[in-house]
Amino acid sequence: MHEMNQLTTFWFWVISGVKVLAVFTVVMLAVAYMTLAERRVSAFIQDRLGPNRVGPFGLLQPIADGLKNLIKEETMPGTSAKFYFVLGPALAIMPAVVTFAAIPLAAPLPTPVGTVDMIVADVPIGILYILALSSLAVYGIVLSGWASNNKYAFLGGLRASAQMISYEVALGLSVIAVLLLAGNVTLTEMVWQQQQLGLWFVFPLSLAFIFFVISALAETNRLPFDMPEAESELITGYHTEYSAMKFSMFFIAEYSHVLTASALMATLFFGGWDIPVWTGDDMFWHEGALIRGFDDAGAPIPATPSILITLLTLGAFCTKTAFFVFLYIWIRWTLPRFRYDQVMHLGWKVLLPAALGYIVLIAGTMLVLDQLGVPFGLLYGLVLTGVSGVTTIAFLFFIDRDRVIAGAHGMGAVARRREASRALLARRAASNPDGSVS
Amino acid sequence: MTEILFVLFAVVALGGAFGVVLSRTPVASLLFMVATLASVAGIYVLFEAHFLAAIQVLVYAGAIMVLFLFVIMLLNLGHDYRADLKYGLWSLLGLVVAGLTAGVLGQAFWGASDTGFRGDGAAVAAALDAAVREQGAAGVIAEPLFTDYVVAFELMGLLLLVAIVAAVVLAKPKT
Repeated sequence: MHEMNQLTTFWFWVISGVKVLAVFTVVMLAVAYMTLAERRVSAFIQDRLGPNRVGPFGLLQPIADGLKNLIKEETMPGTSAKFYFVLGPALAIMPAVVTFAAIPLAAPLPTPVGTVDMIVADVPIGILYILALSSLAVYGIVLSGWASNNKYAFLGGLRASAQMISYEVALGLSVIAVLLLAGNVTLTEMVWQQQQLGLWFVFPLSLAFIFFVISALAETNRLPFDMPEAESELITGYHTEYSAMKFSMFFIAEYSHVLTASALMATLFFGGWDIPVWTGDDMFWHEGALIRGFDDAGAPIPATPSILITLLTLGAFCTKTAFFVFLYIWIRWTLPRFRYDQVMHLGWKVLLPAALGYIVLIAGTMLVLDQLGVPFGLLYGLVLTGVSGVTTIAFLFFIDRDRVIAGAHGMGAVARRREASRALLARRAASNPDGSVS
Repeated sequence: MTEILFVLFAVVALGGAFGVVLSRTPVASLLFMVATLASVAGIYVLFEAHFLAAIQVLVYAGAIMVLFLFVIMLLNLGHDYRADLKYGLWSLLGLVVAGLTAGVLGQAFWGASDTGFRGDGAAVAAALDAAVREQGAAGVIAEPLFTDYVVAFELMGLLLLVAIVAAVVLAKPKT
């Protein structure tokens, strides 16, 4: 029988220190290897090889890059605002590295000194902590754009602030649907609620997931939303004047954001560290004891944490996160960049009202289900899945007709007209087989 | 530990507040303001008001201040601030407003012993802890907000809506 006691204060501090160090190191390593993954995947998509010379399969390439950036010369533009120029990259990287602390990584781990939660800080505000800190990330970008005293950098910074504000609203609204269903803001509880529902939230909240993916792409300034650094318009935007390690810090910040956003997608919508179908990994702190569920009478069933379960769930979490990181890279090398007005249009006129309407729909459905006395379980989830599925199809049908994202000259309308005239000619030809022109 | 952190946050908050008023460039003022808001959020965390802290950072530091920055950069770049400094009657008005604010704060600080702001700290903390465990950090605030204070809450929302409509009307090009 395993120790089920909670940690004493001393061990809490020791283990927290170990967790902070471990998670920070792993995140930084993951970020380094994400740059390699990006280059190799982009090469694959473009039918090239990518960096494969440094070490086997190019595995030492990130280390070589890091070293290069460390020993390169730092440039400092003569007309920049020096203090803010240095402050910018620091402000950009700070929120990026602390947000990962609130994400649960695996099922609790039994140790000789007590059961250790596999999360750096299980803050009671969970997702709000992550949203709050990532909303500060834009300062680094805006300030460095402004401090560079370069019009392209400045335009990049302005775009970043407008874009962040616009999509933060859509991001928050898509998270609200999850909060409604989970009934709490902590991420550990969201994982638990998904285990209790028997369905990952991506099914009952499919449209919220789509909104979340789109807004997260925009929030991390990744293609097709990389307006702040659009190199064909703004050289490289806000980091045009930066070199060596300061440039690297923007890079690290961007990839940490991508990693956090991927982990959030996995946690909010794909059950976090939950292993699908198997209920043996369900675990949650309930009144000071770890439980794996409630029996029919409502009494808690105690859970038995084990190292194997922790490792398996950690594997599940890493697999899901890695998939979303791959999705990010895949999207970047597949889709072209939006025009700036299209980005604003999509954020304010499509995502915002659609997300608001969706919240009303989900809340209404949940109210009806609660009134009918349907218990929180598979049936509850399946009804919501049906409602969301229909809405998602309707939304995709709406958004996929170049009404929303039209080309520069309304190519959709042109194509329709061309189609109509071709049909007209065909009909004329059919009714007039001898080919004489009337 | 809590006392040390409180002093740290309080010093940064006050220093930032002075910085807002005293600095010569609008961008520096704004950054001081962000530092103040973040420190106040830190003090909220020390008081176990996690939700308030998150909202403070999310809404004020993360959204409203970014908009301020946007406006300052877009409209005020290279603009001489000296013409905007108001003296005479305006400074007198400012003094009156500052005095009134100080009066309200003093009233809240010294005269509040019977309004429920002060009580047995440990008991209040324990009750709050239990409520957070029961309803979650957001639930503790949401429950009274949407039951006891729902009218005031909706009126505040209406006020913001009025401001938005006014902004749209003002920004619309005259035809």
